[in-house]
Amino acid sequence: MRALLGPVGIVLKYASLFVASAVAVLPLVVIGMAAFKPTQEFATSAPLSPPESWAYLGNFVTAFTRGGMLQGFVNTSIILVVSLVGTVIIGTMAAYALDRFDFRGKKPVVALFLIATLVPAVTTQVATFQIINSLGLFNTRGAAIVLFMGTDIVSIYIFWQFMQSIPRSLDEAAMLDGANRLSIFARIIFPLLKPAIATVVIIKGIAIYNEFYIPFLYMPKQELAVISTSLFRFQGPFGAQWEVIAAGTVLVIVPTLAAFLFLQRFIYSGLTQGATK
Amino acid sequence: MGDGPRSGRLSMVATTTARPTVPLVAPSGGARSHQGWRATPWLFLLVPVALLVTFTYVPVANMVWYSFTDWDGLDPVMNPVGLANYARIFGDPAYFQVFLVSLYYLAGAAVQLVLALYFATVLSFNTRFRNVFKGLIFFPYLINGVAIGLVFLYFFRPGGTLDALLALVGVDAPVQWLGDPSVINVSLAATSVWRFMGLNFVLFLGAIQSIPTELYEAAELDGATSWHKFRYIILPGIKKIVGLSAILAVSGSLSVFEIPYIMTGGANGSATFVIQTVQAAFTHHNFGLASAMGVVLLAIVLVITWIQRRFVPDEKVDLT
Repeated sequence: MRALLGPVGIVLKYASLFVASAVAVLPLVVIGMAAFKPTQEFATSAPLSPPESWAYLGNFVTAFTRGGMLQGFVNTSIILVVSLVGTVIIGTMAAYALDRFDFRGKKPVVALFLIATLVPAVTTQVATFQIINSLGLFNTRGAAIVLFMGTDIVSIYIFWQFMQSIPRSLDEAAMLDGANRLSIFARIIFPLLKPAIATVVIIKGIAIYNEFYIPFLYMPKQELAVISTSLFRFQGPFGAQWEVIAAGTVLVIVPTLAAFLFLQRFIYSGLTQGATK
Repeated sequence: MGDGPRSGRLSMVATTTARPTVPLVAPSGGARSHQGWRATPWLFLLVPVALLVTFTYVPVANMVWYSFTDWDGLDPVMNPVGLANYARIFGDPAYFQVFLVSLYYLAGAAVQLVLALYFATVLSFNTRFRNVFKGLIFFPYLINGVAIGLVFLYFFRPGGTLDALLALVGVDAPVQWLGDPSVINVSLAATSVWRFMGLNFVLFLGAIQSIPTELYEAAELDGATSWHKFRYIILPGIKKIVGLSAILAVSGSLSVFEIPYIMTGGANGSATFVIQTVQAAFTHHNFGLASAMGVVLLAIVLVITWIQRRFVPDEKVDLT
């Protein structure tokens, strides 16, 4: 497409893009620099000056060991894997039932899913807390896992939309060959859903990795801390040690950065699909 | 429809629920015959619907019920108190004040949408390093909320990044960005804009890029200016996603929690509605009041959504 603007416009356009990029990056770069400064240097150097050496890793070691981040990464990984497997199985099953069957009561079920998207989870936490408590899940990883699996309607929509593009003639051919519904789902539909599954895993995976509210509220026990809550607790013991807090922050951001660099395309298209549900 | 081989498998499924035989093909034939056993869809839906009901609908129902009681969350006894909890939310200035805090986030959301629209438009045309700019502007959205909170605590602290930047241009730190109650909500709302602008930007950009290029070419032949192209091609093409984002921004600014809770714990007049709800429930053990607050927030969000559905006709919602 041809450029739309005159020379002044082009200068302004690039200037605004550079400013926006700087605003996005600067707060992160500055905290990255702080993470490499030894305590002594941090106390005397200005926030905008780079560290004398990029080889000092003491703050990262402190954050990782004394800050309990190792445990945080382990807990986050467990919750991530179990919730993602659950979400994919539950979501694809629901989508299969809603897309491939006509049955009495289908309309009310669809309405149940649609209306639920209107209820923001944050508004009902007070009452959800009582349910988690009465199920005996308070202060267990199960609390986060069932909540991540049970409240994800967007994934069901993504699977459903994708399933509509899988021709029904495949199901019918398999039925002629004597396959039952479960094996059609498991052997034909599920493998064809791979692109949608990848989308859901990536988008939902990032959301779970970043979730703060649910683990904070339902898993206050120290040993159950996930990435978010263990980093949140840095503010207490390391209150004045900004260089350690900075290192912890960097450790949390690096996996996200890696995921972004490798999966950009999927992330962009996944978010677009989720938003226009 | 098949017959022979299929009967074996079907009866296998059937016996698991102690039903000896199932009619293979519905007597009337037609659409029914494609459905197999009538309970099959329900087997697939059992777990999803159970989770949906347990963690969405039961909490809503319970919340409404608790909101008319004085329950403390532990005591088996709940005394009905009528509308007292609601009266307190709307009558007590300490509770009503949090609605004013959300106005800061609302203003922030407006800025965020305008910026996102601007950058999406700019980047939808030929630009050098387009993907780099796109990635840099978008990336903050992916970062962990606690990490963002700490990054900006460091950014705003006295003698921190922002003060150092201002010193570079010869300005002495004018205020304590997170200490001064008259500035704190501006700082926090700005952090929120930094975090969420990238999402709106990517959604708008995706919508603009799905507009067919022939439209621009035709407009160019007709002598359209850039403004004309924006006004008559781009804007109508992304009206829907902009409307949706605006509505989400409004309900989002009412339910702000993470950024202020992580950064200030709600101190210095930065408490939001959700922070106050959490404190009412888990610090002051007043579940009745907290539930009433949840009901109020839910009602507001539902009204806003209803308005959106009413005024922005949505052709795509039909998923049946």
